[in-house]
Amino acid sequence: MYGFEALTFNIHGGYLEAIVRGYRSGLLTAADYNNLCQCETLDDIKMHLSATEYGSYLQNEPSPLHTTTIVEKCTLKLVDEYKHMLTQATEPLSTFLEYITYGHMIDNVVLIVTGTLHERDVQELLEKCHPLGMFDSIATLAIAQNMRELYRLVLVDTPLAPYFSECITSEDLDDMNIEIMRNTLYKAYLEDFYRFCQKLGGATAEIMSDLLAFEADRRAVNITINSIGTELTRDDRRKLYSNFGLLYPYGHEELAVCEDMDQVRGAMEKYPPYQSIFSKLSYGESQILDKAFYEEEVKRLCLAFEQQFHYGVFFAYMRLREQEIRNLILKYLGNLKLDFYFEFDSTRIDFGEEPQ
Amino acid sequence: MVTSSSSWSQALVQISPYTFSAVGIAISIGVSVLGTAWGIYITGSSLIGAAIKAPRITSKNLISVIFCEAVAIYGVIVAIILQTKLESVPSSRMHDPESMRAGYAIFASGIIVGFANLVCGLCVGIIGSSCALSDAQNSSLFVKILVIEIFGSALGLFGVIVGIIMSAQATWPTKA
Repeated sequence: MYGFEALTFNIHGGYLEAIVRGYRSGLLTAADYNNLCQCETLDDIKMHLSATEYGSYLQNEPSPLHTTTIVEKCTLKLVDEYKHMLTQATEPLSTFLEYITYGHMIDNVVLIVTGTLHERDVQELLEKCHPLGMFDSIATLAIAQNMRELYRLVLVDTPLAPYFSECITSEDLDDMNIEIMRNTLYKAYLEDFYRFCQKLGGATAEIMSDLLAFEADRRAVNITINSIGTELTRDDRRKLYSNFGLLYPYGHEELAVCEDMDQVRGAMEKYPPYQSIFSKLSYGESQILDKAFYEEEVKRLCLAFEQQFHYGVFFAYMRLREQEIRNLILKYLGNLKLDFYFEFDSTRIDFGEEPQ
Repeated sequence: MVTSSSSWSQALVQISPYTFSAVGIAISIGVSVLGTAWGIYITGSSLIGAAIKAPRITSKNLISVIFCEAVAIYGVIVAIILQTKLESVPSSRMHDPESMRAGYAIFASGIIVGFANLVCGLCVGIIGSSCALSDAQNSSLFVKILVIEIFGSALGLFGVIVGIIMSAQATWPTKA
């Protein structure tokens, strides 16, 4: 019952909640970002980061530092913290923590399958995978020829198995189908996570519903924008939208028929929380939209810490840490050429070239 | 004495006042300790976790645990006072209105103290947990949240005061 979590939450979750709030206090502050802004070389960045929580991870690295090393070490810190929490958690918190990583698993699966399609080496791909989303037998993904084999050989033993029911076809894997597969899996994952949180009830359900609904709506908008002008039909597009969130069902109806950015904006401006995001764009550039969505997400994640005795803080912390690593990549290590191997970004959706 | 009233009131009136008194004393100490324990574990688990990142908070935040413990002490004190009020009554006068009144007074006193301490312990425990977590992030918040805890622990005191007043009038009939 909402309101009485304080009486029993601390039996199983009190210690870990205090730990995750301690981790949160170690996120980079505005002062840290200011210092990083003034860095000229990678060694400067390493020096500044050593003064923060990342210090113990970076200090042993030899001096000609590579940007990928910094990113790897920062991600390693996140993974260590996550594993520390996961080993101490009991049900249902342990299931909740595992749910947080399924998104990364989906990204890793897609990464390996796409990489195999473009004839890259499996070992190289495995190194690029996100460590939170690893599972045994992930390397076997490279052998599969179509989705049915993918499922039968590898994925049936993973936690992603129930998400596959909608997309087992015998079609060969090509770029478009892989993207559709990724989005279908992600849709099933979000809906499953949402149902799980609703089952938990109380403050967790309320706060996680809000965060997941924002995620679902943001993916719906991204899918719409990225599939404008591609071969994706309206029905296919509609099938990729999740069945919860502020936009469900009427917003989805409108988004499904959108053919350009202005129509999308017209559809979204009817919803007050998203109106403020879309009013910042004047001429509909996707990058500004991405940034606006990220800012809104971070605002909501920070709000999750305002309340005590719920599981939303774990989800919020993981997301905020990932955003911080993304900040480091995009702003300060910006010389790095970003191709999709370095994008740990599950919101990036790419349906292929626009037909000429 | 009771002719046309219901069978429930007949049954209740037949229960010995000693039973009521004894149950009252048991509730006074038992439920108080329940409240204390509940509050201490709520505070303690948050305090331990938060102290990993911020070890400086441990000694100050033990105050929250002490406030919870005070609640148990109230329960013990009142239980001891109540048990001194329990006197033997000649069996011919056991169901006199006088002695029934004394039995009910001790029972009520026990319930008052027990449940007031239960909620007080819970209140102080939950606030103590938030206090530990806030103190770990920003040490200027500790004293401000402590004020809230002090108000919370006053609830237990209210219960003790009323309980003692109730039990003061628990006079058993002396002669046959």
